[in-house]
Amino acid sequence: MGFADAFLDMAVIARYAPSILSGMGVTLALAVLIVLAGTAAGLALACLRATGSRRLSIPIVIFADVFRALPPLALILLAYFGLPNVGVSLSSFMVLFTVLALVLAAFAEEIFWAGIAATPKGQWEAARSTGLGFRSTLLWVVLPQAARMAVAPLTNRAIAITKMTALGTVIGVPDILNQATTAVSFSGDASPLTLAALAYVAIFLPLVIASRRLERRFQWRRL
Amino acid sequence: MPPILELIGLRKRFGALDALADVSLSVAPGELVFVLGPSGSGKSTMLRCCNLLERPDEGAVVLEGRDIAARGVDLDAARKRIGMVFQAFNLYPHLSALANVTLALRKALRLPRAEAEARGMAALDRVGLADKARNMPGQLSGGQQQRVAIARAMALEPAVMLFDEPTSALDPELVDEVLAVMRELRAAGMTMLVVSHEMRFARAAADRVVFMDRGAVVEQGPPERIFEAPRSERLRAFLSRRA
Repeated sequence: MGFADAFLDMAVIARYAPSILSGMGVTLALAVLIVLAGTAAGLALACLRATGSRRLSIPIVIFADVFRALPPLALILLAYFGLPNVGVSLSSFMVLFTVLALVLAAFAEEIFWAGIAATPKGQWEAARSTGLGFRSTLLWVVLPQAARMAVAPLTNRAIAITKMTALGTVIGVPDILNQATTAVSFSGDASPLTLAALAYVAIFLPLVIASRRLERRFQWRRL
Repeated sequence: MPPILELIGLRKRFGALDALADVSLSVAPGELVFVLGPSGSGKSTMLRCCNLLERPDEGAVVLEGRDIAARGVDLDAARKRIGMVFQAFNLYPHLSALANVTLALRKALRLPRAEAEARGMAALDRVGLADKARNMPGQLSGGQQQRVAIARAMALEPAVMLFDEPTSALDPELVDEVLAVMRELRAAGMTMLVVSHEMRFARAAADRVVFMDRGAVVEQGPPERIFEAPRSERLRAFLSRRA
């Protein structure tokens, strides 16, 4: 059997293309939801931490450290098989979304926090000296600068974590990889995986390119 | 006339260091008070206590008759009455010159956009930078940046303006444009408290010169008297090193 038969059997590809396509829909939906929820939650946590309150920042730091330390696959299995025992039954889609959004939130919190902490003290002082309060200063002066610093590390992290939607295959989320491995078992041919690879490229390459453009747009001339 | 700003018995410790050891000072309406002293003399700490960027351990900061260092004072409201200009300019790098000036007008004074922009443009015009309103700080020279920072503080129409070594970070050829703006402010009747090393400016523009050393006011008086006939040994030594 030649390479083309193993990886590029057109008949097999044609047969399984629709299911891979539906897997693309699932992966794309997950990716978008995870990026939106994870980034928003991470930003909110970083803002709470910026208040300087220890009662807020200690749990935030613990959350961020735990969710950055644990392997996402372990969290996914733990949530999927563990939560029903305490009466929480989530669909495999919800488990995957929740776990990866939390993981992204943990990294995003650290990234935004780093940006907030790296914004010079003089920026706070200048704003506060004109009568702007803490919240206005954070919102209009510090966050815009912190966000610019965060764009590059955040897009990298967001791409890395949304790719982990492929882990959902172990709990039966009908994403690209799951559809492809199912197709492989039925057809005895690896071609659906080739198609899956193409599907991932089709989703994530534009994301990578968009992140590059975003990084360029958010550059501004430094003092 | 009652003073616009009066510091009474300010004390501030940083660890083992007495940054301010009982400093009292008053600034009358329209007066330009110039503070000089060796580095570490507490002059910047004193200035930063005036708008509570630094909270004194003891003492009162009386602005227009009210102690704003007391507990429970709305500091944001008080700070709208006190403009501050920093050594490092501290312009917001992500905002245009005009937006730097209008941010507090819109978000602290809550003026509508059109009114804030009109006032912002007027302030930029007074520092001679109306044509740079749309420029970003990174596109301006140091002197221009500091003039935008002055416009930002001035646009709030404060009762008093604080200057913390406003020309120390500037190349020598850019110092004069900033001093010229400060002279104009003075001529327009602005009350100013200036910490600086620009002796020529002090001689030409100050109503009173205050000499600080080791966290205390050592000597004060009109500039001619301070520079021509210093009374304390410490001021004489300081002036001779500078001469």
